[in-house]
Amino acid sequence: MSEATGRRVQPAAAPALSVEALAGLRTKKPRSLWSDAWRQFRHHRLAMAGSVVIIIIALATLIGPFLWPIRWNEFDMAQSMLPPSLDHPFGTTDLGHDIFARVLWGGRISIAVGVVAMLVAITLGTLIGAVAGYFGGFLDSALMRLTDLFISLPSLPLLLLVTYLFRDRMSATFGVELGMFILIVVVIGGLNWMPVARLVRASFLSIKEKEFIEAAHAIGVGTGSIIIKHILPNTLSPVIVAATLGVAQAIITESSLSFLGLGFPPDIPTWGRMLFDAKDWMSFAPWMVLFPGLAIFLTVLSINYVGDGLRDALDPRRMYT
Amino acid sequence: MTRYIIRRLLTAIPTLVAISMVIFTILALAPGDPLSEFAVNPSVPPEVRQRIRQSMGLDDPIPVRYTKWFTSILRGDFGYSFRSRSPVSDLMLQRLPTTLYVIGTAYLISVLLAIPIGVISAIRQYSIFDNIATTLAFIGFSLPTFFTGLLFILIFSVKLGWFPMIYRATIDEPGLRGLWLKVEQAIMPITVLALFQTAALTRYTRASMLETIHQDYVRTARAKGLSELTVISRHALRNALIPVVTIIALSIPGIFTGAVITEQIFRVPGMGSLLISAINDNDTPVIMAITIIFSALVVLFNLIADVLYGVLDPRIKYE
Amino acid sequence: MDRFEELQQAVLSGSLSRRDVLKRAAALGLSAPAIAALLAACAREEATPTQAPAAATPAPGASPAATPTGAAEATPTEAAAGQRGQGGLLRLLWWQAPTILNGHLAQGTKDFDASRPVLEPLADIDKDGNLVPILAEEIPSLENGGLAEDGSSVTWKLKQGVVWSDGTPFTAKDVVFTWQYVVDEGTTATTAGNYLNIQSVEAVDDYTVKVTFKEPTAAWMGAFVGPYGYIVPEHVLKDYVGEQARNAPFNLNPIGTGPFKVREFRPGDVVIYEMNENYREPDKPFFSEVELKGGGDATSAARAAIQTGEVDFAWNLQVEAQVLKQLEETGVGQLGITPGVNVERILVNMTDPRTEVDGERSKLGVPHPWQSDLKVRQAYALLCRRDQIADQLYGPAGKATSNILVAPERFVSPNTKWEFNPDRAAQLLDEAGWTLGPDGVRQKDGVQMSIVYSTTINPVRQKTQEIVKAEFEKVGIKVELKSVEASVFFSSDAGNPDTAAHFYVDIEMFTNGPTLTYPIDYMISWWGDESNIAQKANNWGGSNYERWQNEEYDQLFEQARTELDPDKQVELFVRMNDLVIENVVVIPLVHRNDVQGYAKNLEGLELSGWTSNLWNIANWRRTG
Repeated sequence: MSEATGRRVQPAAAPALSVEALAGLRTKKPRSLWSDAWRQFRHHRLAMAGSVVIIIIALATLIGPFLWPIRWNEFDMAQSMLPPSLDHPFGTTDLGHDIFARVLWGGRISIAVGVVAMLVAITLGTLIGAVAGYFGGFLDSALMRLTDLFISLPSLPLLLLVTYLFRDRMSATFGVELGMFILIVVVIGGLNWMPVARLVRASFLSIKEKEFIEAAHAIGVGTGSIIIKHILPNTLSPVIVAATLGVAQAIITESSLSFLGLGFPPDIPTWGRMLFDAKDWMSFAPWMVLFPGLAIFLTVLSINYVGDGLRDALDPRRMYT
Repeated sequence: MTRYIIRRLLTAIPTLVAISMVIFTILALAPGDPLSEFAVNPSVPPEVRQRIRQSMGLDDPIPVRYTKWFTSILRGDFGYSFRSRSPVSDLMLQRLPTTLYVIGTAYLISVLLAIPIGVISAIRQYSIFDNIATTLAFIGFSLPTFFTGLLFILIFSVKLGWFPMIYRATIDEPGLRGLWLKVEQAIMPITVLALFQTAALTRYTRASMLETIHQDYVRTARAKGLSELTVISRHALRNALIPVVTIIALSIPGIFTGAVITEQIFRVPGMGSLLISAINDNDTPVIMAITIIFSALVVLFNLIADVLYGVLDPRIKYE
Repeated sequence: MDRFEELQQAVLSGSLSRRDVLKRAAALGLSAPAIAALLAACAREEATPTQAPAAATPAPGASPAATPTGAAEATPTEAAAGQRGQGGLLRLLWWQAPTILNGHLAQGTKDFDASRPVLEPLADIDKDGNLVPILAEEIPSLENGGLAEDGSSVTWKLKQGVVWSDGTPFTAKDVVFTWQYVVDEGTTATTAGNYLNIQSVEAVDDYTVKVTFKEPTAAWMGAFVGPYGYIVPEHVLKDYVGEQARNAPFNLNPIGTGPFKVREFRPGDVVIYEMNENYREPDKPFFSEVELKGGGDATSAARAAIQTGEVDFAWNLQVEAQVLKQLEETGVGQLGITPGVNVERILVNMTDPRTEVDGERSKLGVPHPWQSDLKVRQAYALLCRRDQIADQLYGPAGKATSNILVAPERFVSPNTKWEFNPDRAAQLLDEAGWTLGPDGVRQKDGVQMSIVYSTTINPVRQKTQEIVKAEFEKVGIKVELKSVEASVFFSSDAGNPDTAAHFYVDIEMFTNGPTLTYPIDYMISWWGDESNIAQKANNWGGSNYERWQNEEYDQLFEQARTELDPDKQVELFVRMNDLVIENVVVIPLVHRNDVQGYAKNLEGLELSGWTSNLWNIANWRRTG
């Protein structure tokens, strides 16, 4: 019943996109997808708020450590476990570190790890999912079995192995911090692309059978352009969700990696690690968990709203509603 | 369709063999030592540790070890745990009921909660309900389970004294009291897990509902005068389910391997804690057994997902 | 030696009462493993050279100890006993879960502990390092003839009338069998190390066992004592010696002589014990049932025992000092602090971890560019704020120390001290030619003093690293911190460069201590024999990680192996300790205590750093 309905009404959606696709052929200068999207995005209040918060957090972590007088690795045992005050707006840790300085410094790493690792996962996942979903057949079969393999891998021994094989080599090649950064984002990204691949593939399977794709084939649009311009934008919804959740996951995962020795040197704070280190103090020094936790939450929530805004903005149907 | 399924099941066998080889190699190459606790213990000299490693076959070449393992698997024998010297299948059977009970319930609850919340969030996008649900979902997702678990213990065990913080799989009290004890101790771990799962699943449901809800055929269905409920459930939701099915199918095998951190916090003797301690102790037979069953489930549920795609959207062809 | 022999003669001839011997022995400052049981708790303090004044008068505690077999029974709670099985359920919490209940196949302390309510050794060890008879009737000594005068053998008298939990009598044959079982290479017993020096074990009669050593040995208490010495039943295990050992049902459901037997065991989760009706003391144990739950982490174990009282006893609470303090303030349970035998230490590499020679870094004979200079090592030691580390991070769980050998008391050196003095450290580094460079890092001949400091992943260790690093960097030594997963760090895998034994870094940190009350097995860590140096030639199997070699130390060590004279023993061990400290081969930081949490109404615990927490579980009881 509903399939029938779906099939009957589907063509209505096609012109909207085909018009887009053919836009380049028109003589009149068209509004591009991206300028439309930006117009939509600007009117999305939550998305704008999210962007502003992210920019503030990013700037604070980039510039903040230079402005704030206390350094992240300074500690003074006499000042340990102080609640928030004017001197220490976020309080101090059990060793007497200034939590504000550490949240600022740790944010650089956490945001960078979160975003880059997410990008790695999304790119890999989208690529594999798109190829598998569009071409089907043997390629699909092979790529999906690869996905099965990656899902099945026990991550702990794998991480220990990666540490053992690559840690010293990466440190030697790129220096301790950059080497670790590359290793971490590749590892986190490399172990989290599978859901994205499955999601993208599922959408491709469904969308490639739709009439507007048939139409695009009929008018001789190339394969690459069909995949990128016609199908991919329609699969963005779940990918954007996966991306926002992926940032949070990567920030948390980074902290657990450091417990396997696969992380930044132990004295460098990151949000995830600060949260983990502080958990046992939760009942008598709540500020130790509150601020790193809040930082992660705000960042992820803002990224989510930006993602929401992007998705709404990129959905051509929304323009007319 | 049937031929497709049969073909997929047949290709599953070489897939699993390949997966097992890769995993076995990783385990064999990964650093670690079953007797690391005694490393500097003067009473356990290096030669004794070396002898024990040898007796576990840890020093044999990898192909030899793999062949040994593989031939016994063909006989349906998962072998003996290096550490407890008991059959791996016994160890897994001891853990399975608890795992299914705690982790399974949590997954079930999260599916039952996430789909309606996601749908309502999408229909009433940017309403108060949606914004609260979104905020809660992100609190749930940005707080790792080690954090929420501890928070729950502090509030409900330490402060209020409502629930025990230690899970016991050996409760044998009869009657309603026994039943209550079993339920009571599972409440916190189930809630912590469900919170995390629901958070993610709600987002996927909401996103794909938003995608379909603005499709023209949905508008058409509405225009035909169908009731809102029918429009949502039969037209919009059905098409929105493909990503949701994908995510659920990906996470069901995870019920079997348990939830390592949550199990650790509440001391739930589930499959996750068995796996993690086996990994820590290089207990290859146990790790291999759990991961290979897990891979079989992954392969199976991905097949189920593929079949379901066809049911949800009949245009999807099986090749 | 002469005075000791005189005393012994006097006892044998009956011209002196035991109490007199004790008084005289104490007055002479004598103390030996040979008379350890005789002296029991009392002689401990007096015999220590550091507390010479006290030695003149035996402590009041001397009298109960005059009965050699007294220690186990002479607990204050004993009078109130007489209520077998009245106590109901006792709940124990171990944050590591036992996986096997045969101590000889243990994979960790947890397994020794979980075996102990069922299996018993001939003797166990109290907190002061004194042997307490368990299945033995008395502790062998020169005085009672148990120890051969030349140290070549030891004869144990066994308790009579003891039966296994299945009703079979326990005899000397079981002890002989235990030895055969453990030393069989196919059994691959974890405990085999303590039996390697034994030539033979014979049953002289049903209740007498004679252990003959391959060569005279002062450390005769390695076998059949403490966690490594559980006696196993011949009638149950006789078909499971060698490669069959791993298939024995006994491993999961042991038959023992202890106060409890196993009702249910889920490896990696929980053990439920029930009272052993055949236990030899009719009024014990007090508890009818014991549940030992495993898993989780130390902090939440502390919460369960101290804050919520959900368990009666929680093992080894390695929790940060401030957390522990806060928990105790708010709690219903209490902390039990037992003096430990272990020292948290920093090892200083004598060889160069950066230069690879013949496929091996940190190679013997390739000296470290600056750590081979004593002045630099002395500077390192002066930069460790041991008091801050001990007080802030360990709290009740440790105190700053300047010795590597901190137990038993009589061997502890009074000669060392530590100080935190960055100015003096800077001066020493200048003297050594390592001067501050333009970038604030010390250098010499274009080489920067930049070190890697490695340890295992553990919050307290990471904070210790941070404190040490801060002081090092203040004087211009650049420090890179590294943390390695414990099972990798302590791996015996020759192919892994991250292990403690490879020592491919400049300094590394972990905890260690003796397991024998005659700590020769521990002092081997600095014996300079090639075979004992951790290096490629022996697959990094040696126990000397620092690659330090010192002729005087080696002579002392070899002498100590066979030395039976208690005075000389003390002299040797103190000198060995002092050599290691003077040469700054190791920087001891914290003498660690064992911390347990338990219910305030739990009594009869006599926790000891030398053995399992459950060694006297038969005496545990609940009041009120």
